[in-house]
Amino acid sequence: MQKVSIEINGKKVSREIEDRTLLSTLLRDILSLTGTHIGCDTSQCGACVVHVDGKSVKSCTLFAADIHGSKVTTIEGLARNGKMHPMQEAFKKLHGLQCGFCTPGMVMSAVDLLKNKKNPSEQEIRDWLEGNICRCTGYQNIVAAVKEAASKM
Amino acid sequence: MKGFNFHSVKNVKEAKKLASGKSAFLAGGMTTIPAMKLRLALYSDIIDIKNIKDLSGIKVSSKSLRIGATTKHAEVASSKEVKRAISSLAHLADGIGDPQVRNRGTIGGSIANNDPAADYPSACLALNAIIHTSDRKIGADKFFKGMFETALKKGELIQTVEFQVPDKSCYVKFPNPASRYAIVGVYVAKYKKEVNVAVTGVESVVFRCKKIESALKSNFSSSALDSVKISSSGFNSDIHASSDYRAHLIKVLAKKAVAGCK
Repeated sequence: MQKVSIEINGKKVSREIEDRTLLSTLLRDILSLTGTHIGCDTSQCGACVVHVDGKSVKSCTLFAADIHGSKVTTIEGLARNGKMHPMQEAFKKLHGLQCGFCTPGMVMSAVDLLKNKKNPSEQEIRDWLEGNICRCTGYQNIVAAVKEAASKM
Repeated sequence: MKGFNFHSVKNVKEAKKLASGKSAFLAGGMTTIPAMKLRLALYSDIIDIKNIKDLSGIKVSSKSLRIGATTKHAEVASSKEVKRAISSLAHLADGIGDPQVRNRGTIGGSIANNDPAADYPSACLALNAIIHTSDRKIGADKFFKGMFETALKKGELIQTVEFQVPDKSCYVKFPNPASRYAIVGVYVAKYKKEVNVAVTGVESVVFRCKKIESALKSNFSSSALDSVKISSSGFNSDIHASSDYRAHLIKVLAKKAVAGCK
């Protein structure tokens, strides 16, 4: 067993967990933060993307014990005072989702992109979302939403 | 996933002490963790080496570029030092997997794993790399032994990869559209007295293509490769590409790499 202390969405949490616990398991099964989705569980689809110390990572391919002392932001941590994050607003406005399963990971990846590139081109957005798979939309509206969010942020 | 004991270590000595026949060092875990989840790999102890300070970082001199084992792909891709010294290496790092994989995956992990379609092994071969481990120095030509097999002994830890700065170089790959691993990847590096051409994705392990090298040595231009014939014998053949197609791609990509050398 490992004692893991992490700051999640600004709140400090400490838990005694099995050594093999994945970050996605800690988030969903132990902390009930089910906004982070598990799609492929093989680090390909990107539905589980969260931020660890400001960088987007796939939480299904990370041991929770490995990030002891880190700051984690999940999709639940984006809204401020009941107001959606501009990226979430843009996805809603431009219909950047259909079934919505990939959306949490898609939004978390896109937010990370805009941290490093204020005004990404369409190609840069598509390249960056390489690790996020959506089976519904055909990506057009997702790319449009990221562009819209870039113009608002 | 089967259970194991997780250890986070602060120095190389501690890491070596914990190592056994049933342990694995963990850096980014971008291959180790999926392999464990699929039960392709089973370990009793996972030794996290990420917090060993001296293992991460980039150092440049006029002749060599040294990258610490736990330096992440994203760090290599965005490093001004790497871009200045060996821009093709930054470009290679920027093409590995996806952004989230590049935020975790490390150079040491990539070469220790020695996937037959990985990118970094070709860089090591083409750029005359020396792999500094906890025990010794190993030349890249002696490091990559076979499919997922290296010269590393049990408990031996990669610390730094030292690349020789070339006059010019270029890496071009034809990526698998899903995984971004190389279906074929060709790394061309030109030095004063030699031209190295390393090929990944094609055989069970990365190799240097002597035919292309000798053609380029007398005439360093794409057209020098027009008459070179690559035999597909022994090449990988799968649903993504036949061995003949891979042989064809080696030449096409080598020409592009020569043209793109800077």
